[in-house]
Amino acid sequence: MKRNGVQLILILLGAAFVFVMLILPLITVMTYALRQGWETFAEAITDDYAVKALKLTGFSTVITLAVNTAFGVFASWAIAKFAFRGKQVLTTLIDIPFSISPIIAGLIFILVFGRIGWAYPLTESLGVKVVFAVPGIVLATIFVTFPFISRELIPLMQAQGNEEEEAAALMGAKGLKIYRRITLPHIKWALLYGVILCTARAMGEFGAVSVVSGHLRGKTNTLPLHVEILFNEYKLTAAFAVSSILVVTAIIIMILRNIVEYKLKKEEG
Amino acid sequence: MPKRAMGTNTGRSIRRRRNQVIPGFGLSMGVTIFMLSLIVLIPLASVFVVLSGATPQEIWKAITDPQTVSTYKVSFACAGIASVVNVVFGILLAWIITRYKFPLRRVLDGLIELPFALPTAVAGISLTTLYSDKGWIGGFFAKFGVMISYTTIGITIAMIFIGIPFVVRSIQPVLEKLDPQYDEAASVLGASKARIFFKIIFPEITPAALTGFGLAFARAIGEYGSVVFIAGNIPWKTQITPLIIKSKLEQFNYTAATSIALVMIIFAFCVLFGINTLQARINRIAQG
Repeated sequence: MKRNGVQLILILLGAAFVFVMLILPLITVMTYALRQGWETFAEAITDDYAVKALKLTGFSTVITLAVNTAFGVFASWAIAKFAFRGKQVLTTLIDIPFSISPIIAGLIFILVFGRIGWAYPLTESLGVKVVFAVPGIVLATIFVTFPFISRELIPLMQAQGNEEEEAAALMGAKGLKIYRRITLPHIKWALLYGVILCTARAMGEFGAVSVVSGHLRGKTNTLPLHVEILFNEYKLTAAFAVSSILVVTAIIIMILRNIVEYKLKKEEG
Repeated sequence: MPKRAMGTNTGRSIRRRRNQVIPGFGLSMGVTIFMLSLIVLIPLASVFVVLSGATPQEIWKAITDPQTVSTYKVSFACAGIASVVNVVFGILLAWIITRYKFPLRRVLDGLIELPFALPTAVAGISLTTLYSDKGWIGGFFAKFGVMISYTTIGITIAMIFIGIPFVVRSIQPVLEKLDPQYDEAASVLGASKARIFFKIIFPEITPAALTGFGLAFARAIGEYGSVVFIAGNIPWKTQITPLIIKSKLEQFNYTAATSIALVMIIFAFCVLFGINTLQARINRIAQG
């Protein structure tokens, strides 16, 4: 196909859109982060509160990944390998967190565990603080990313069918062995893909976490919340320096995602 | 499921027997229902628990409060405009990525995902700075007296940012499946480029474009992190609905916060239902 004028205009138009809408914000983060030199940058990202926020973000991301991977594995097995009534309803229910505003995701945990919540007396008597504490942050993050992994696994496992697992079961293999030897090798890239998406969303979650966090510095501040506080205090350089950690992580995640997507396509096709 | 449902009795009885061969139904279903209830269903049900303690008048008053209504207007108008812009550029981007070859095409394709990967708060402060009257883009427009950050224009821009991947990723697979032979044939028969696009390609991608519109719109309405900074949250002017829920909550007005949340949840479900209906139609077309 020879390139003509219309093609060139369309490509330039698309490239201009991507440059202004997507690339410029990234450049903004990096420029502002470094505008007062490396020393200020290093100071901002090694600040005590920033490090604590980073640790909390890491912690809640790891717990979220563990919970959602477990859910994804069990849910995809139940939904893809068996026929039962109400499957459509079940998959719709699993997708609920996708369609709900993060603010509402935070709100519902306040309604359960907050001072007016019905579970408040129970958690109080156990001496556990959920809202305005770390458990609330973790719960809200799990909620928001809940369907990420099951959603990647279910369509793939449905498309692959049950024949191999059935054969293995008929030959006497136990459930765990079937899963490890037959199912897992087929879905490993999809599982990894789901884990990557889940990581990106979990570490960046802002709305839901900001509702339940209470913004206690050094205690319930995640990295995105720390960025918000710095920005609202007009500490622009520090806000963008901390943001740059998240930007670099996001770019690494995008590259990993592309690699895994390529592997996935190769396996399917 | 639809592929297998042959409707014959033998098919069904074979399937039932097959199901018993694979182990783990009880366990996996049990864990699934348990976790789903604990993390999603029971917390969500507390919306209804809280609202059952309020009178219908209280709920109605909360959701029709004039300041709250002004947030619906801001959220809907900005999300609507942003989603229309996204459909136009989404079609354009999906088209050039699937049909043309040019340098850095793969990079462009990958970059579309950025709004999914970038934490929303980072996007928010970055867009706010970029479009403020001292920023690179905002500074240019400020010379002409056009303010972007802290106005509805800024909100719309943030919503365009957050919505673009939904539209591109909805349309892309349809364009990839669409055989270029059709437009080549039409071109050989003498149809103009514009005519080919509007007569052949546009009808094919319309359902996918609508799906993308719906997804982007729903996301824009619910979005908080990337919008809240650039919005500036001036009451009556640039307050978005998720923000008013949060501020009601901070005033310990749980009934009002939950009532407005219910409106948003119902709206989100309507959009989701519409998308699922459309998607079913697209799948029928795709399967021929």
